[in-house]
Amino acid sequence: MIETPGYLPTEALFPIVVDAMFTKNFLLVMFLGLCSYVGLTTSSETSKGMSMAVTFVMTMSAILTWPIFYYLLKPNKLMFLQTICFILVIASFVQLVEFIIHRYSPALYRSLGIYLPLISTNCAVLGVVLLNVKEDFTYGASIVYAFSAGLGYSWVMLATAAIREKLIMRGVDRFSGFIGAFFAAMMMALIVVSYFGVVKL
Amino acid sequence: MAEKSFVGEIVRGIIKDNPVFVLVLGLCPTLAVTTSFANGLGMSLAFAFVLLGSNFFVSLIRKSIPSGVRIPIFLLIICTFVTMVDMLLEAYLPPMYEALGIFVPLIVVNCIVIGRAEAYANRNSVIFSIADAIGISIGYLLVLLLIGSIRELFGTGKIQFVMLMAKGGVPGFYPIGEVSIPIEPATVMITPAGAFFTIATLMLLIKIIGDRKRMMQLKKEGVEL
Repeated sequence: MIETPGYLPTEALFPIVVDAMFTKNFLLVMFLGLCSYVGLTTSSETSKGMSMAVTFVMTMSAILTWPIFYYLLKPNKLMFLQTICFILVIASFVQLVEFIIHRYSPALYRSLGIYLPLISTNCAVLGVVLLNVKEDFTYGASIVYAFSAGLGYSWVMLATAAIREKLIMRGVDRFSGFIGAFFAAMMMALIVVSYFGVVKL
Repeated sequence: MAEKSFVGEIVRGIIKDNPVFVLVLGLCPTLAVTTSFANGLGMSLAFAFVLLGSNFFVSLIRKSIPSGVRIPIFLLIICTFVTMVDMLLEAYLPPMYEALGIFVPLIVVNCIVIGRAEAYANRNSVIFSIADAIGISIGYLLVLLLIGSIRELFGTGKIQFVMLMAKGGVPGFYPIGEVSIPIEPATVMITPAGAFFTIATLMLLIKIIGDRKRMMQLKKEGVEL
């Protein structure tokens, strides 16, 4: 008999969504995916492409890894293989998507394809699947969680890119680059932590 | 090109190629686990173990790795060591395992480890790869301890220094000293915002010092500004 947390979400979904998007935002509060954060928020265009790619891959990896963990690893007591298994699934899925997009949609490949190889080593993607397993989410809830985590990642990326573009236009030299990105992140972290600390959900 | 030496490679890893401040890699654990001195120490020791193992094995088999599939091979090697350190921590240091949480398995996707395998261990002999791993690990350790100490000091008003020791056969992080300052603790330094603030300020300081040094250099060379 294989035991799983079940398919349909029994958890309350609204707190999960708000948690993933704001109070436990992947970039600002959990510190996952920061390398892409400082590296790819130099312009709105790149951060848009990266956000779309990350949201897509996060959701798909949640869909793929949940059955693998509960039907393959857990019944056979191979839980210590979860990291290696998840990273292989993510890396090969990303490779597959890259091939498919390259073959069928050159336009999409040009805007999204260059970010795909970066995603296999993005800790936000591995982080979301590890957290799904750690929190014992149902299948539905894990997909919702992954998708909203992707949305949370996206708004922070886009906001930071906008702030950095503004800083460059104003000629604030010393604060452009990494340092500006970190100061912007500090402000946004203060906002999400203190605002949602006051308003109880 | 200057002759490479074992010690020279170690020093290069600490200063010229400092993983956090110069290469700007491996930021996630740097900010996430540095709420205290002890967590910073635990994280950098786990990281050092993985980096040493992966650099050693990658450089050992570098001649037989086909370049097309080298990234998956690196990932498998790194993942083996991460799983080892994960199980060791869970068995022997459960409090540290709890504190570091998912950041131990996430060493797999730490850009420093993959970056060193790709940029260094894949091209250099075993002995230099080990030197590189030692240097980078020390550089990482120093940064994590620095950020951890700053955040703990201003966030709680005191730093609890710890050391990895085995007391009566039980390994653990035991306190060895304490420094406190008479200020009102600013809890914000423990929160994520404090982490971003600390690293941004440190980077700003390094940039200002670097700029000033460059100016002095230019002045010495007699360049009109």
